[in-house]
Amino acid sequence: MATHAENSYYVPHGSKWPIVGSLGMITMLASAAGWMNGSATAQWTFWLGAAILIFMLFGWFGTVIRESEAGMYSEQVSGSFRLSMSWFIFSEVMFFAVFFGALFYVRALVIPWLGGEGTGASTNEFLWQGYTPAWPTSGPANVGGDFQTIPAFGIPFLNTLILLTSGLTVTLAHHALKKEHRNQLVLWLAATVALGFTFVYFQVYEYHEAYTQLGLTLGSGIYGATFFMLTGFHGMHVTLGAIMLVVIMIRSMKGHFKPDNHFAFEAVAWYWHFVDVVWLGLFVFVYIL
Amino acid sequence: MSTEVIHPDTHHVDDGHDHGDHKPSNFLDRWLFTTNHKDIGTLYLIFSLTMFFIGGSMAMVIRAELFMPGLQLVEPDFFNQMTTMHALIMVFGAVMPAWVGFANWLIPMMIGAPDMALPRMNNWSFWILPFAFTMLLSTLFMDSGGPAAGWTLYPPLVLQTGTSFAFVVFAVHMMGVSSIMGSINIIATIFNMRAPGMRLLRMPMFVWTWLITAFLLIAVMPVLAGAVTMLLTDHFFSTNFFNAAGGGDPVMFQHIFWFFGHPEVYIMILPAFGVISEILPTFSRKPLFGYGSMVYATATIAFLSFIVWAHHMFTVGMPLQGELYFMYATMLISVPTGVKVFNWVSTMWQGSMTFETPMLFAIGFVVLFTIGGLSGLMLAITAADFQYHDTYFVVAHFHYVLVPGSVFALMAATYYWLPKFTGNMYSEKWGKIHFWSSAIFVNVLFFPQHYLGLAGMPRRIPDYSPQFADFNMISSLGGFAFGATQLIFVGVVLHCAYRSKVKATPEVWEGSRGLEWTLDSPPAYHSFNTPPVVTHNALSRAD
Repeated sequence: MATHAENSYYVPHGSKWPIVGSLGMITMLASAAGWMNGSATAQWTFWLGAAILIFMLFGWFGTVIRESEAGMYSEQVSGSFRLSMSWFIFSEVMFFAVFFGALFYVRALVIPWLGGEGTGASTNEFLWQGYTPAWPTSGPANVGGDFQTIPAFGIPFLNTLILLTSGLTVTLAHHALKKEHRNQLVLWLAATVALGFTFVYFQVYEYHEAYTQLGLTLGSGIYGATFFMLTGFHGMHVTLGAIMLVVIMIRSMKGHFKPDNHFAFEAVAWYWHFVDVVWLGLFVFVYIL
Repeated sequence: MSTEVIHPDTHHVDDGHDHGDHKPSNFLDRWLFTTNHKDIGTLYLIFSLTMFFIGGSMAMVIRAELFMPGLQLVEPDFFNQMTTMHALIMVFGAVMPAWVGFANWLIPMMIGAPDMALPRMNNWSFWILPFAFTMLLSTLFMDSGGPAAGWTLYPPLVLQTGTSFAFVVFAVHMMGVSSIMGSINIIATIFNMRAPGMRLLRMPMFVWTWLITAFLLIAVMPVLAGAVTMLLTDHFFSTNFFNAAGGGDPVMFQHIFWFFGHPEVYIMILPAFGVISEILPTFSRKPLFGYGSMVYATATIAFLSFIVWAHHMFTVGMPLQGELYFMYATMLISVPTGVKVFNWVSTMWQGSMTFETPMLFAIGFVVLFTIGGLSGLMLAITAADFQYHDTYFVVAHFHYVLVPGSVFALMAATYYWLPKFTGNMYSEKWGKIHFWSSAIFVNVLFFPQHYLGLAGMPRRIPDYSPQFADFNMISSLGGFAFGATQLIFVGVVLHCAYRSKVKATPEVWEGSRGLEWTLDSPPAYHSFNTPPVVTHNALSRAD
């Protein structure tokens, strides 16, 4: 029986990173809860927890990258990574599905019911007579006050083009990697990163407009809630994806990845396509319709 | 029915420094930094047993308060905290981690893998839990007390929770992260780490049921995370998801919660189905009846679990078409479940059965779980549910499927595999005492609650009308006895691990089949470093 990496499954023996991660996570989340309850010290321990988590990510991923570059991972280990990334993305899909589901449920059922539709629903009759169902809405009590929405065919459409283009550039980077064109690989990755951060910049700009010019805030009834939670979580994912792209760009510059073995690259590319697809859903259901 | 497992005679390990039974000698290395599936499995099992007793002591408080009508021992608000925390602890802290513990111990040995696919992430999945539950339990000592709105966390009531609210939400997030990572690991292990010849339809039923459970977990834990995130933003960041004045809807939370919640109940029971399907064939000395149909039935149950959620909320005011749809869809589940019960009974039919403790718990499971299933069918009838909803009938129903269901299966699994884990036989005498007292007292505890519920006693209320006094007293007495009985279990486990003089053979049981029984008892710290080659039906359940 062979004893080198190609034929056996690498089982690491002991790691301190998980417990560091747990300590960072509990520090960060318990502090977040304390912060929400108005604790002054928790504001600072929150960042401490976040720092521990980031330290853990550097340490853990660093270990994995070193092991990978040392050739300790067989094809089978790579298979485990692929499966895990795919199922992780599936869990992310389900997370976004909740907020899309809330949007659909509200628009298809809740708003008409509040307007008096349906048999047996008497909320309209007793509480909000005269409320005419409409979308967008801040509800029968106009919670958060009047607001305007962001037109789909302005910045959002531009952002759609930006993300779609970035999906193309990351694919071009992948082809360059497969053909061992290192310069092109780094170049296309840099373009993808730039497009990603441009997208984030426009989102921040748009949020600023919404809050200062349009009166649209997180508290603007159910429209504000679904709008900002969907686009906000998506924006966080784009930011995270762009940071991941930066990491693989630096690794590409250092000469990592081989034409036939570059799981980390693929994982980031899958993730990037995933945030791209979510955006298309957002553009259609949040901005256009 | 041939079973052939070829063990390659050259044993090697991949990195050369961890031979055979070599365990880390340092305590921190062994338990805190561990990447070994057996050690992580042990950690999960010890953690869940601890939580079982913490959650159980809360149940004792509840039953003590309900021993007599009138307010006796605790304040109503504290009573509500006990019902809420009891459920959260038992669901997320006791039953789910216990199954993950068995998955960790057994799946690599059952499929001939050297370890779980991602050993470091396996460690993290576990070591999030003690922190999450410390945070959750700490809320009991906060000025507002713990959460008191029920484990379902329905708004608007839950939004009135004080200081503890954000801590509870983040504790739930941490449990979700742990479950998702654990499930991803299990799926990657099953799909990627099977020994040559261990085809999907040769896998033991426990592996199959866990594969499907892991899928359910990855699909619905993010849904729970989204639901509690909306609660958090409604409470702290002025969103209006569950506020009708702002165009939201409190009932929407119930829909989202139960889209998670219904698959969740199968998450707690499917691995139990797997365990029972392992144990019954062994002690009946027959292969499992209808292996293929068991696999398909499990998958069907998992599929149906996504489309029946609103049967938890029939009285909330849904359109009639919705009520009818959810009623019929729910009733469909009895078909694959019926297939399973039929197969279990047929497995025992004409077998040369013996009644060791795991078998007793398994048979107890089949009978008592079926009672819980049948009361579930009664609850599925929309019109009838208007009477049963939020009464003790519901409490009796889900405790029948969870206690003599999931928990009995956990006990059965413990007795069945403990000799494999420890290398020693447990005390059969004390195991049987544990079974019979559990089986009797669990019925004394929960059966009267059916009558209480049918007579209209509401759940989650610390006081009741004097007409309910007798059955409540019987139920409480059964509860105290059932709780005390579980101390026997701890005694049997500790005795088996540390005191028992009777060594277990590799096979342990006369009728046992499967890869884990080809290993020594206890197995080496690293088993199957070189995958065995599984020819024919090493599983020997399917033929």
